[in-house]
Amino acid sequence: MAKRAGKTIHKLEGMAKDTLQMVKAGKSPYLQVPTRTLANVRFNEKSRLIELKGDRQKRFFFNVGQAKKFMQTFLVADACKELIESGKTTSIRDLYYMTKHTLGETRQNTFEEQDESDPIIEDLEVTIDALREELHLFASNKGSMVGEITIVDDGNVIDCRRMGSGGWSVPSIVEDEIIQFRKCDAKFVLLVEKDAVWRRLNEDKFWKRHKCIMLHGQGQPPRGVRRLCRRMTQELKLPLYVLVDNDPWGFYIYSVVKQGSINLAYESMRMAVPDARFIGLSSFDKEKYSIPDNVIIRMRDEDNSRAKQMLGYPWFQRKEWQREITQMIKTGVKLELEALSRRGISFITEEYLPRKLRDRDWLA
Amino acid sequence: MAAKALKNKVKPVAKAKPAKQLSLLSAERSAPPPKSVKLKAVEAPPPPPPEPESAPEPPKRRATAEQMASKQREISISEFFTKNRHLLGFDSPSKALLTAVKEAVDNSLDACEEAGILPDVTVEIKEAGPDRFVMAVEDNGPGIVKAQIPKIFGKLLYGSKFHRLKQSRGQQGIGISAAAMYGQLTTGKPIVVTSKTGKGRAAHHFEIQIDTRKNAPVVAKDDELEIPKDHGTRVEIEMEADYRNGKRWLLRYLEQTALANPHCRLEYRRPDEEALVFPRVAETPPREAVEIKPHPHGVELGQLILKLKETSARDVRGCLMHEFSRVSPTVAAEILKAARIHGGTKPKVVANDVKMAEALHRAIQATKIMSPPTNCLSPIGEELIHKGLVSFLAVTQELAQAEEQEQLELQAQAGRGKRKEEAAKRLEEIKQRLTQSAQEPKEEGEEIVAGHKFFITSVTRPPRVYRGNPFQIEVGLAYGGPLPGDRPVELYRFANRVPLLFQRGACGVTEAVLRTDWRNYELSQPKGSLPVGPMILFVHIASVWVPFTSESKEAVAHYPEILGEIRLAAQECGRRLAAFVRRRKSAEYELQRRSIFELYIDEIAGSMKKLIGVDPARVKQDFGKLANKITGGGMTDAVLKQASEKIAKRPRTAEREMEG
Repeated sequence: MAKRAGKTIHKLEGMAKDTLQMVKAGKSPYLQVPTRTLANVRFNEKSRLIELKGDRQKRFFFNVGQAKKFMQTFLVADACKELIESGKTTSIRDLYYMTKHTLGETRQNTFEEQDESDPIIEDLEVTIDALREELHLFASNKGSMVGEITIVDDGNVIDCRRMGSGGWSVPSIVEDEIIQFRKCDAKFVLLVEKDAVWRRLNEDKFWKRHKCIMLHGQGQPPRGVRRLCRRMTQELKLPLYVLVDNDPWGFYIYSVVKQGSINLAYESMRMAVPDARFIGLSSFDKEKYSIPDNVIIRMRDEDNSRAKQMLGYPWFQRKEWQREITQMIKTGVKLELEALSRRGISFITEEYLPRKLRDRDWLA
Repeated sequence: MAAKALKNKVKPVAKAKPAKQLSLLSAERSAPPPKSVKLKAVEAPPPPPPEPESAPEPPKRRATAEQMASKQREISISEFFTKNRHLLGFDSPSKALLTAVKEAVDNSLDACEEAGILPDVTVEIKEAGPDRFVMAVEDNGPGIVKAQIPKIFGKLLYGSKFHRLKQSRGQQGIGISAAAMYGQLTTGKPIVVTSKTGKGRAAHHFEIQIDTRKNAPVVAKDDELEIPKDHGTRVEIEMEADYRNGKRWLLRYLEQTALANPHCRLEYRRPDEEALVFPRVAETPPREAVEIKPHPHGVELGQLILKLKETSARDVRGCLMHEFSRVSPTVAAEILKAARIHGGTKPKVVANDVKMAEALHRAIQATKIMSPPTNCLSPIGEELIHKGLVSFLAVTQELAQAEEQEQLELQAQAGRGKRKEEAAKRLEEIKQRLTQSAQEPKEEGEEIVAGHKFFITSVTRPPRVYRGNPFQIEVGLAYGGPLPGDRPVELYRFANRVPLLFQRGACGVTEAVLRTDWRNYELSQPKGSLPVGPMILFVHIASVWVPFTSESKEAVAHYPEILGEIRLAAQECGRRLAAFVRRRKSAEYELQRRSIFELYIDEIAGSMKKLIGVDPARVKQDFGKLANKITGGGMTDAVLKQASEKIAKRPRTAEREMEG
């Protein structure tokens, strides 16, 4: 822990020293910020991860368009150093308030909105190659977990079999200094897109019957949930199944879980689960599970264009996926997980998932 | 001449005095309406004399024509104006002083100009009792010969300027004698005139009353005096007036008169206040305006008939060539051919035959005739407008500043606590600005006046013609300084160098300014109103005959030719202003840019200290050195443009949302 903190502080100081060096040499000072755009990521076929390419943007202080960001990066760095040294962690919103103040005798603030400070934090992460938690920052908790596992969270032993209806709330930092795995009887991990569906499964004690761990991420899963999934698949050697809506957005969630996102490409290797399995809803499930027509939703224009875009993603080039997405475009309909309830409240627990697992009816 | 009078006088004026003045109409006079003579005279249209009101039959006859005739008699012009003094600008005690001063000053300036003297005019207002003031105007003009003095000041409609076509301030010869009459009416006191025509001669000192019945001067006192001046005239009138409410207008009139007459030194001595001096800015008198004959295209039928009647030429051809400008033998022949009139016809024959006269008039209008000569105009000139504006701003700004400073000093001495400190601080600021600004570099067109920077520019258009009358438009503007930026611009209108203070809304000048799109020139302009910005706009129309909308001479008529010229001149000034404003904006931007860096450097230095423990002062110094090097120029404007714009939201906001 201390060693890691020291390393991060060293990196922060390095940034300041480099800048000062440039100024002393009479050079216009700049920071090298890796760009986080689609143009600067690549899909690594071998590791099956979205990775950041080497493009770095020089952020000059003496450029009116960049000066403020430059200054803000230093404010954030300074605040993070303080956090690390005092051994505290805080939320990114808190950091925004910590670093916000009025500039001189003007009406300008260092930051006007949190919208301005959040990207600066991400910039700092990539610039000095430190993780968010290494900067002692976290996002608010999002997502829950239950299942056949016992963990230690910040020294407290937590039995995830006894978490009631709400589950254990997944913090945004789940590194092994904070979370350790203990007794695990699970055979797989199930990540559900929606908490409502997750609750249904929890109420039906799906995890007990099928010996698994169930998580949800309230939509797009946050860093904590993704990192935890990654750790469980790596350390406990459990397969990860992803259950999402049958729409482009659901597919996208699966794709982020599987190989990382563009914005957080620099953390793909820590977050992504390249072996994640897409268990549903598939575009062919409507037929297979005789879901009636009246629960379908028509695709809108933006859904269509998004789906077509996905056809081009390098990580969706496998024949099965092309078939899956083409089918969605062809039928022009999407399905929500809740549509399964049309066949009975616990249809998903009692029929759908067991059959899928039994038939090994998933995509990878 | 009479026709001209008809055209230019307010209707009631022209119609009320026919008996004596207008021979043309006197023939037609018959059985004017009964009872309140003045009232009817005002309303009745002259050419078909109205029948005595006999229209509704039934009621019984009350008087016979003969009985009524016994009451009908001539009205003196002075009597008429005694009752209708509002027509001449004496409608209220607060306006009376202004009108009197205006008439006297206009006369002084006209006289000096004609004589080629650089005018030195002193205006003095003294309190002579409750609601009573003496106004005195003294000039260094050529003086007036003894015999003329009583008539000029004691007789209405007596003067030299009415009968000629020449650019001058006064026109009708009513003004000063009307002021004298107003004074006499309200106080009973005569007008006092002292005039000296040359070195070594005695000054004549008159006290003149007006016999309003006869419209004739009555000399109450006639002395000779010794005065040190070589030549000049002093006029004193005591009158009932409201100085407190009128002084604002008086000051405006004098300020603006000084502005439009930069060759004049004007001193204004006020009751209870320090004298105000507008210094002379130009050392040469304006070009003398030459008198011209009327241009045929501007002549109306009645006027044409009159000319034909009065001409000394023996035939029509001679009359056309002699009485009008720009009529050569060829042009005369062309006109007469078109009118089918023989050139040798006697002018009186044409004048008495309405059909022939009409044909002639039509032919004149149809013939192409060279524009009138323009040497009859005496514009102020671009350079002098510029100088005039500088001097105007100097006097007015110093006045405003002196007031503020006085207040502040009072507060700094007598005030207490925070307010006292603030006042002292502000005083220091003003002083600093005054010394500092003198050394600052000036941009082209920029002037530093009373410690403030103004942009000043002016345009004099080439002469043009409306209805045969030559005219010339000049526009100037002063922008910036402490002028209020959130209010409509100050519009100063002038006609033949005389400020037009009233009836702004009815004036063609205002309309032309409104119709100019000032938004092209970095000013905002609400729809249908004056532009908004820290600006004074100066518009001058010089003409041998300024088309006023009414006798009070406060608004210019809406002739398209005139409006068009004003707009062209305003646009030219606007373009120059816009260029300046844009230049200044980019300079301000550069400054702002530097200050942004300074602010940010402070922040970085603070962070640096916490990060690596370096001395913030050193960091600031190092950055500062670099900043000066870099903001000195190196960066392109394109980079600058992105500047103070708020940091744009990242395009990938949508993606971040997905990340959660």
